[in-house]
Amino acid sequence: MSESASEPVQGPPRVPVTVEVNGVSVDRQVEPRSLLADFLREDLGLTGTKVSCELQVCGVCTVLVDGRPVSSCTFLTADADGAAVTTVEGLSDGQTLHPLQESFVDHFALQCGFCTPGFLMMSKALLDGDDVPDRAAIVEHLEGNICRCTGYQPIVEAVEHAAERLRGGAHG
Amino acid sequence: MGENVVGRSVRRPDLVEKVTGAAQYCVDVTMPGMAHAKVVRSDRAHARITGIDVAEALAGPGVVAVVTADDIASLHARFGHIIADHWILATGKVRYYGEPVAVVVAETVAAAADAVELVRVSYEDLPAVMDVDAALADGAPLVHEQSYEATGDESFKNLSHVDEETAEPALTNLAHEVTLGWGDVDAAFAESAAVVENTVHFPMLYAYAMEPYNAVASYHEGALSVVSTAQHPYMVRDDLARVFGLPLARVRVTSPYLGGGYGSKSYTKVEPLASVASWVTGRPVKLTLSVEEAIYTTRVDSARIHVKSGFAADGTILARDFDIVMDSGAYADNSPLVMAKAVNRCFGPYRVPNLRVRGRSVYTNTAPASSYRGFGAPQGNLAGETNLDRAAERLGISGADIRRRNLVRKGEEILPGKRGIDADIPADLEMVVESLERDRKDVPYYGIGFGCSASDAGAYPISTAQVRIQIDGSVLVLSGSTEMGQGSRSLLAQVAAEELGVDLSVVTVVQSDTSVTPYERTTGASRTTTLVGLALQRACADARARLRDMAAELFECAPGEVRDLPGAVAGPDGRELSFGAVVRQWFGGSAGEVTGVGLLRRDGATQKMPPFWEVGMVGVAVEIDPETGVVAVDQLVTVADVGFAINPRAVEGQDLGAATQGLGGALYEELVYDGAQLANANVVDYRVPRMKDLPRKIDLMIAERRDGVGPYGAKGAGEGTLNPIGGAVAAAVARAVGRWPDRLPLTPERVWRLMSSD
Ligand code: FES
Ligand code: FES
Repeated sequence: MSESASEPVQGPPRVPVTVEVNGVSVDRQVEPRSLLADFLREDLGLTGTKVSCELQVCGVCTVLVDGRPVSSCTFLTADADGAAVTTVEGLSDGQTLHPLQESFVDHFALQCGFCTPGFLMMSKALLDGDDVPDRAAIVEHLEGNICRCTGYQPIVEAVEHAAERLRGGAHG
Repeated sequence: MGENVVGRSVRRPDLVEKVTGAAQYCVDVTMPGMAHAKVVRSDRAHARITGIDVAEALAGPGVVAVVTADDIASLHARFGHIIADHWILATGKVRYYGEPVAVVVAETVAAAADAVELVRVSYEDLPAVMDVDAALADGAPLVHEQSYEATGDESFKNLSHVDEETAEPALTNLAHEVTLGWGDVDAAFAESAAVVENTVHFPMLYAYAMEPYNAVASYHEGALSVVSTAQHPYMVRDDLARVFGLPLARVRVTSPYLGGGYGSKSYTKVEPLASVASWVTGRPVKLTLSVEEAIYTTRVDSARIHVKSGFAADGTILARDFDIVMDSGAYADNSPLVMAKAVNRCFGPYRVPNLRVRGRSVYTNTAPASSYRGFGAPQGNLAGETNLDRAAERLGISGADIRRRNLVRKGEEILPGKRGIDADIPADLEMVVESLERDRKDVPYYGIGFGCSASDAGAYPISTAQVRIQIDGSVLVLSGSTEMGQGSRSLLAQVAAEELGVDLSVVTVVQSDTSVTPYERTTGASRTTTLVGLALQRACADARARLRDMAAELFECAPGEVRDLPGAVAGPDGRELSFGAVVRQWFGGSAGEVTGVGLLRRDGATQKMPPFWEVGMVGVAVEIDPETGVVAVDQLVTVADVGFAINPRAVEGQDLGAATQGLGGALYEELVYDGAQLANANVVDYRVPRMKDLPRKIDLMIAERRDGVGPYGAKGAGEGTLNPIGGAVAAAVARAVGRWPDRLPLTPERVWRLMSSD
């Protein structure tokens, strides 16, 4: 057996970051190579954000940085310094679901749910825009997100429905 | 028939947890004092290990231990539920690129990953067999130089046609061989008006469940506790108990929500690696694979199938002959059963008076293959169905007519001695053909194709369930079946609410913890609705019987005088007591609970194997761009022949999901070996369906004829629509371009070449 006497980890030097996560300001020291997904999941315990491909092609790790969708699997935590980050945990106010969340449940737009945080955040970025998207715009926008369970159609319907609800002014 | 809760597309409570990010997956689970593991993997296909130098890695910052095969030699360091050939860590030699050679345990993932680079493994290369032809050639180098005792898995014997081998044959790379047949095939060929022969190639696939394999294990004081991404926690428990020589009751395996499974998380994967790392270090250890590592852990069996069928002039099948060779990779895992199923499923739900099938599962120096949604059916069906469509073309009849002529009717056997077909398959076919023809476009390079399959589904019927009635009338349902997206958590709540007459909102389902939830053999073969559903109905009936007995004591009457009401009982004098009141008053305080137990085995309605047939019935229409060879799916039509849909939207979701995975394998997906390693072991180059690939028209139909043995006449779903998709796409493309493809996936380049070939 090969075991070493356990010593404290002496990693590379750390850099300070200040990030507003779901409305709460957090200060941390992170390794320069720290990725935003790991920072959220491991340092902050916000495990709603998931990781799969680690190559920026599946979209499950999508979060919003200053309202812009980014792949947190390849985004350096240090680059989020001073920014506002929104994750799936920040979608609902804790009382009522966001219309997108409501619509995803109603339309069976998820099964295993592993891809869902990414789809929700990507869709939120779309619905936060000025135009109310049509079906083609939704498909175009979500092309970078993979779902292996649903076959996508229920997701398109869920986002369409949420967009209509928002257009109707049901939710801010 | 007057059901209230089942048969409705109720909102799935688990989906609410999942949209908020609160749902816990294995990858989210931590244990106090946990260390992190990373795996050192072989960088060659076949080589003797001449040394492993761990000194430098061990000196790395934060490194706790480096575990190699030598460290676990005192354990039963192999697993495999059919053939225990799968070494936890390469022992003596490596058999494929990517095989685990050592595990580095460190304080952080990053520290473990850094130290992996510092482990020096020296090898002496051995000649490798990278495909089935090389593996089966005379004098081929052996992937395994020893044979392994079979684990005697009872279900395996029952589900396949293995002859107990007597004499030990000479060692070869043949992992497993299965044959099936009846009648006189050669005589029937001689009498046939037409004999049609072709070969198909089914690609090497990857299921890509988006949560990669991961586990966290803690070995402490002669007990092992593991949280993992296992579909079958009980099967994993049994493997782990064997590895460590522990009693089953000292091994606890828990499966939280799974980020997809599709069969790929069946059986044991990374649990032994995490467990031995914990055993060596005395710390809980977490191991999470990357997608690339997951691809090298389990892929789908690729297959080459030669098929020859003889027909009468009117299209009646006279005989069929199949030769199936599967590339099962370096370890058997579940491939023998996949092969057995491919053998059962290749010839289709047709009357075949003379049949001969030979299936061989072959070891090669490639990543191990194992279960995938459909389980041998997608491979076998591609051969059987394209052969039938080619025959129709030859005989000048339609694809629908050749099937109409040969499909079995309800009650007919397609496997002698097995359960007769419990479905009206000809009626399902008409539904598909009608929908496809209705929207057929009259444009060039357009073709439709459809296909049928019937799978001996449900696996071996051993299921148990419990319901626990609480003093407030709320209900806990316990099952060892795993929720991996398919919706069993919600479905089992519906069944319990229906049976007990309580509101769905008071039912909570707890699943997949071998120390808490009752035994369930597997979560696979579309079994949960049917088998766990039946066990749960029995558990509910048992709970009701106990409540009646207790109420009889309270009412001071005979148990037979107590009547069932929804969520309550009534005495002979008309007095009513809710379930909660019965429990409270019987125990004499605001405490207590009543447990109902349901047990299911091969008996009564589930005596005959298989428990049910899962029908696959799909159609597609494709339109091809002649300039680029790109195949656009114009129509996707499916029929779910489920007997009774307990949650219809969930059934549709399973069907569209399975069909979409099938379209992936038919049009885009293929793992490709380039020398020792895969050229595309990542999601960039292994292309899965995306949103823009959505078929233009999707018609998901459900046929409910209450013809299953499950609750309310239900049968399972979830695999059926994947199985015949490959053949349907191949036929549609053939009709669009006028030439028959012999392999999937039909990528633009392949289709373009097919169109341009002479
Ligand atoms: S995990 Fe970040 S895009 Fe896939
Ligand atoms: S719901 Fe499972 S991957 Fe999308």
